Amino acid sequence: HGHCLAKGASVDRMFAELLGKEAGYCRGKGGSMHIADQDTGNLGANAIVGGSAGIATGAAMSIKMRGSDQVAVCFFGDGALGQGVLYEVMNMASLWKFPVIYLCENNQYNEYTHYSETTAGDISARAKAFGIPAETVDGQDIRAVYDTVQRLVARARQGEGPAFLLCNTYRFFGHHVGDIQRAYYRSKEEEEHWKAERDPLKLLADWLTEQGMADTSTFEQIEQKVRAEVEAGEQFALNAPFPDPSEVDQDVYA
Amino acid sequence: MSMLSTTVSSNAGQSVREITLGQAIREALAEELRRDPRVFIMGEDVAEAGTAFKVLTGLVEEFGTSRVIDTPISEAGIAGLGVGGAMTGMRPIVDIMFGDFIALTMDQIVNQAAKVHYMSGGKLKVPMVVRTTLGATRRTAAQHSQSLQAWVSHVPGLKVVLPSTPYDAKGLLKTAIRDDNPVIYFEDKMMYQLKGPVPEDDYTIPFGVADIKRAGTDITIVATSSMVQIALAAAELLEKLDISAEVVDPRTTFPLDKDTLIESARKTSRAIVMDEGYERYGVTAELAAVIAEGAFYYLDAPVKRMGAMDVPVPFSPVLEDLTVPTAASVVEVAKTLCGRI
Repeated sequence: HGHCLAKGASVDRMFAELLGKEAGYCRGKGGSMHIADQDTGNLGANAIVGGSAGIATGAAMSIKMRGSDQVAVCFFGDGALGQGVLYEVMNMASLWKFPVIYLCENNQYNEYTHYSETTAGDISARAKAFGIPAETVDGQDIRAVYDTVQRLVARARQGEGPAFLLCNTYRFFGHHVGDIQRAYYRSKEEEEHWKAERDPLKLLADWLTEQGMADTSTFEQIEQKVRAEVEAGEQFALNAPFPDPSEVDQDVYA
Repeated sequence: MSMLSTTVSSNAGQSVREITLGQAIREALAEELRRDPRVFIMGEDVAEAGTAFKVLTGLVEEFGTSRVIDTPISEAGIAGLGVGGAMTGMRPIVDIMFGDFIALTMDQIVNQAAKVHYMSGGKLKVPMVVRTTLGATRRTAAQHSQSLQAWVSHVPGLKVVLPSTPYDAKGLLKTAIRDDNPVIYFEDKMMYQLKGPVPEDDYTIPFGVADIKRAGTDITIVATSSMVQIALAAAELLEKLDISAEVVDPRTTFPLDKDTLIESARKTSRAIVMDEGYERYGVTAELAAVIAEGAFYYLDAPVKRMGAMDVPVPFSPVLEDLTVPTAASVVEVAKTLCGRI
């Protein structure tokens, strides 16, 4: 949902989709796991682990064929490193110099299993084996991520082909809504540490304060504005009507 | 459950308890792991997590991580390891969390597992079980809600199991594990909490033997897996309308107990066939064809199919609920077939 909003989607229509309402981005048919918003360049979240690797690389192929200056960014987690399709498309992207960035958000957990129990060898070396340049950044450092991605996007636009970016991060919550008892796979202390010490928003706020670019009142204003937007979006979604039953067999074919 | 199936009553004398379908599956797995050292389980989050549905909880504590193996999220790879392991002396049970994900395993299951015995002139065997799930109405949208049993039922070399009660789930799973062929075993995600009588002693249920879940005289309702409880609920409602419905559960789509289906349809002269897969080219098409071929001259009405609506499963609850048969919709169809409209 973060990617969806970051690309410019609105909170109200996103919430409407989460509740299966007609006003949602996918008319309620996609739901939480499948929000797509073509208008903001979002080809859709995927509920198949690694399922977006082919789509993103195909989009990059299309960009090249159409002579567009767009760049495809393929977001996936550490779990998707287990999917063979990722390696098939990275090979082709490198072979044919597609403008695609493979952005691995290593939040450390494949569902309920630590990635170290499922992932052999070096993550970045997978990309390097295909001749794709790979970089690693602290995924909690917003400025570092921004700088690096800017550079890789520019590089892709110049026709230099794909890149791989490993962002080391953390999943603050469970894998799914009901994943509340998490002690069997990670400790409370670990979660507390990440929330208290490694929250990317807090880290950016601290830096801005140190630089004298903002103070507490700025952050309070931002937080109030965001809270109001989220609350309004939530109300909008709650009040929005469900789709008409006749919608059920619409849009099966184009 | 309102009734004991005929097969349970035949086990009278054994100690029988009420347990859930999820517990029945866990018991079958635990007992087979104890019985045969070649049996092992592999899949995503099967160990400490006990799967997303908590069906395997406790197994890793007893059998350890060398026999209850957490894997990466690599369905094709896991299925491939299962095929190779089975060909060389092991008896793998591969856990594919959502039935939708069998799409990721299809080459291993369809082109490899199903073909190996035949292509090797009967020399090689693939004694592998793929446990996976089916069923909509969990609000999990188009990629976590499908019932794809028709896909694998289509392929010679595979056996396909669709249990609908705790008793059937345990007995059929044991048979699957002891079978020398690749078996795809589908569990309805919505039925894990369904309770029913299960004997404490070891028992198996042979494949290809349908179970009459409820006897009747006016109309036959053939139903699989998640549709069996819907059919039974419909039969209760129909009884109030003086329509006596017989509910027949094939329990395995291959091998298929054609005789019991045909015999029931000949007796009642009317049939509805139900399965939660997509209706077109689905399990219901095969069941309807079997009845049409075997009972044609005894039928008073065309065989009626009831499956999932032919659309990707929508997320919105108001739409999703329209895509699967309900007891009420079965009653309407039954009334029509019985000339009661």
